Amino acid sequence: MASLLNKNRPPVFCPGCSHETVLRALDRAFQNMGLCRNQIVMVSDIGCSGLFDTFFNTHALHGLHGRALTYAAGIKLARPDLQVVVTMGDGGLGIGGAHLLAACRRNLDLTLLLLNNFNFAMTGGQFSSTTPAAASIGSGFLNSIERPMDAGQVATAAGAPYVARVSAYHRNLAHLLECALRYRGFSFVDIQGICPGRYLKHNRLTPQMINENLSKLHPLEGAVAENERPEYFDAYASITARLKPAEPPSPIEVTCKPPDSERQEIVLLGKAGQRIQTAGEVLCIAGLTAGLQVTQKTDYAITVMTGPSVSEVILSPQAIHFTGITQPTIVIALAKEGIDRHRDMFSRLDSKTLLIQATGIAVPASRARVISLDFQALHLKKSDWALACLAVLAAMNKAISRAMLDAAINLQFKPPVRETVKALIHHTFTKTFMQRNACIESITENF
Amino acid sequence: MKLRLCDGNEALAWAAFEAGCRFFAGYPITPATSIFNAMLNILPPAGGIVLQAEDEIAAMGYCIGASMCGLKAMTATSGPGLSLYSEQLSFAIGSEIPLVVVDVQRLGPSTGSATKGADGDIQFLRWGTSGGLPVIVLAPVDAGDCFTLTLHAFNLAEQYRCPVFLASNKEVALTRETVDWSSMERPAIIDRAPPRADRPFLPFQPLPDSDVPGFLPLGDATLVRQTSSTHGTDAYITTDPAVISSINERMKRKVESRVDRFSYAQAVIEPQAETMIVTYGITGRAARDACKELKARGKPASLLILKTLWPVPEELIRQQTQDAKRVLVVEMNLGQYVTEVKRILKHKSVEFLGQMNGRLITPAQIREAAIG
Ligand code: SF4
Repeated sequence: MASLLNKNRPPVFCPGCSHETVLRALDRAFQNMGLCRNQIVMVSDIGCSGLFDTFFNTHALHGLHGRALTYAAGIKLARPDLQVVVTMGDGGLGIGGAHLLAACRRNLDLTLLLLNNFNFAMTGGQFSSTTPAAASIGSGFLNSIERPMDAGQVATAAGAPYVARVSAYHRNLAHLLECALRYRGFSFVDIQGICPGRYLKHNRLTPQMINENLSKLHPLEGAVAENERPEYFDAYASITARLKPAEPPSPIEVTCKPPDSERQEIVLLGKAGQRIQTAGEVLCIAGLTAGLQVTQKTDYAITVMTGPSVSEVILSPQAIHFTGITQPTIVIALAKEGIDRHRDMFSRLDSKTLLIQATGIAVPASRARVISLDFQALHLKKSDWALACLAVLAAMNKAISRAMLDAAINLQFKPPVRETVKALIHHTFTKTFMQRNACIESITENF
Repeated sequence: MKLRLCDGNEALAWAAFEAGCRFFAGYPITPATSIFNAMLNILPPAGGIVLQAEDEIAAMGYCIGASMCGLKAMTATSGPGLSLYSEQLSFAIGSEIPLVVVDVQRLGPSTGSATKGADGDIQFLRWGTSGGLPVIVLAPVDAGDCFTLTLHAFNLAEQYRCPVFLASNKEVALTRETVDWSSMERPAIIDRAPPRADRPFLPFQPLPDSDVPGFLPLGDATLVRQTSSTHGTDAYITTDPAVISSINERMKRKVESRVDRFSYAQAVIEPQAETMIVTYGITGRAARDACKELKARGKPASLLILKTLWPVPEELIRQQTQDAKRVLVVEMNLGQYVTEVKRILKHKSVEFLGQMNGRLITPAQIREAAIG
């Protein structure tokens, strides 16, 4: 096999730069593997190691500082057949730390070569995440009060199944790189070398010293038994092969007639856990079963089990533009949290608004017609209150009919939840419809 | 006609799939997360890839890698994530990488309010990258728009080889509404064009009579280079000022000079009206109701809802406002796009109505401002 290096762009590293040693070893590794130019993508980071993409005549992508692993993962997921190799300096290691951890945890079949020369060469020899505290570098005293990290140990702890730490001057570097390239999974090689251009100006470092330093560390020589596992794309492919295609939102058959031709603007005020958004969605589906246009605007806290939950639903025979509600026809007030969000609305309500409220919940004064529901007398859990209010609306044939509600519940819920919701609706509907006064505590004014 | 119940994010995800998107990477963030959820339902069973990124910078990087292999890729976020996208966006812009980027805007600044709507990123979308080259930004009004504009966004990304933004808003993204799936407007799907076969491949050589280079993916027979550095047509670093300016000017020209081909908007011109309301996004819906009421009261106002925000569709804005004596720009921020409208309509009276408090601007507010 011929060299895969770029004949038109010979390396331009400083004399004695370890990057060139690695470049040639990598070229030999590619040749030994019998790889063709178009089977390889070189993804390079920023810094002197970021020149690798130009010195190889292969597919290449050179991007932003520290992000090389992200491009490489996108490439490998799109084209698992390619040999994707990332070169990155110790600068990229630091700024792209989150991507290194993610790559180790993910175990996509990439190879990361860390060209570790213990400083930011290109910008003036500042300290990196691997610079020894004793080194004299371009960041003044700052490195002396920070601690360098051992990238190999970090990668191992993050779950990389293949981690090696080697000297750039190792006699068999090409072979060691080949082993990493051949590994099916994420392979990481920390290649420690010398930067004569910057680091050597104020520090002494020789291949022997690198060997001595390495010999003091717990060796990392390739496969990490406790981290070995199926490669990410293989695992992804085997799981996704069994998945059923997704379906777009289902069309809803018009099977009912709306109670009237009025536009209904319904505000549900509650809190997390009261199924306010579910009730809003059921209202929408009920509207669709009667051929109405609907919108549901939501407002809720990002905490899942606490905080306000508000749903604003419009049902209309005509197209709906503005989705907010300033003058509701129906307000369902079930918790202080939701009421607080729309406290200013109550003073605007008039007798055209029906206000359904839970007994015992303080609701601001308004001129709305009030139905106060004693949920305790109805033996209903808080999570059922909002849905029960829909049964009350259906019993009054207000906004929705019983047929619309039943159809919506059939569409919205799957068994066994469907059965419990149906029972809840039936229970509330019957109580409200047949024995109004037993559980509707007070009905004000001309209702 | 059977109607469906669908929110903006879900409509957007299905449109992405119809457009041929097979790669999605994102980091969870309200109110954009349900796009991630929908893509996770749709793509994997269809042979596509969905990746949960470790951060937003990575999400963009994954998409860039996949797009460079020829896949149509999309990511979705909100203001805080868009901030992290910035450096990768400049890469995608300057290295002509097709992408669709969804910004489901929420109330800022900063982490702001996760579940409150806003249109606060409108200038940020245009200017939030180093280098300042132009971008394409489309703004949906409703779930139907989320569908159709997403198809357009993919087409534009492919055609012009650039990131295309969808400037959505929590109030469009998470509001469920009736949609008529089968009669949704569906532009024909466009794919990125290959280079001329009769010439040696140069990654940044525009096609004849075009300002857009032909695309070849990484990994096929012809070697492809991509770089974020200042490059010549061969994708190697250059320092030649003539080459550099010609490429940068071409990238500016390729989208700005063609905006008339993708100036999406809706206008309702009232012949008697003196005032024209100019708006976009969710506020377009309040403006429609306001105009209806104004007409009923015998004080009609015309309405222009812009759906292409960047590059500014200057010609369209000039034409549509030509009979208006007064222009009222309404937007869910403290005044962003109004500066563009003022710049274009130097000799007209341009007024502004806006708010930034997490609440929708109501038809009544617009009506009052329109009456003046
Ligand atoms: S500055 Fe250092 S890393 Fe860069 S080329 Fe010179 S020796 Fe190599």
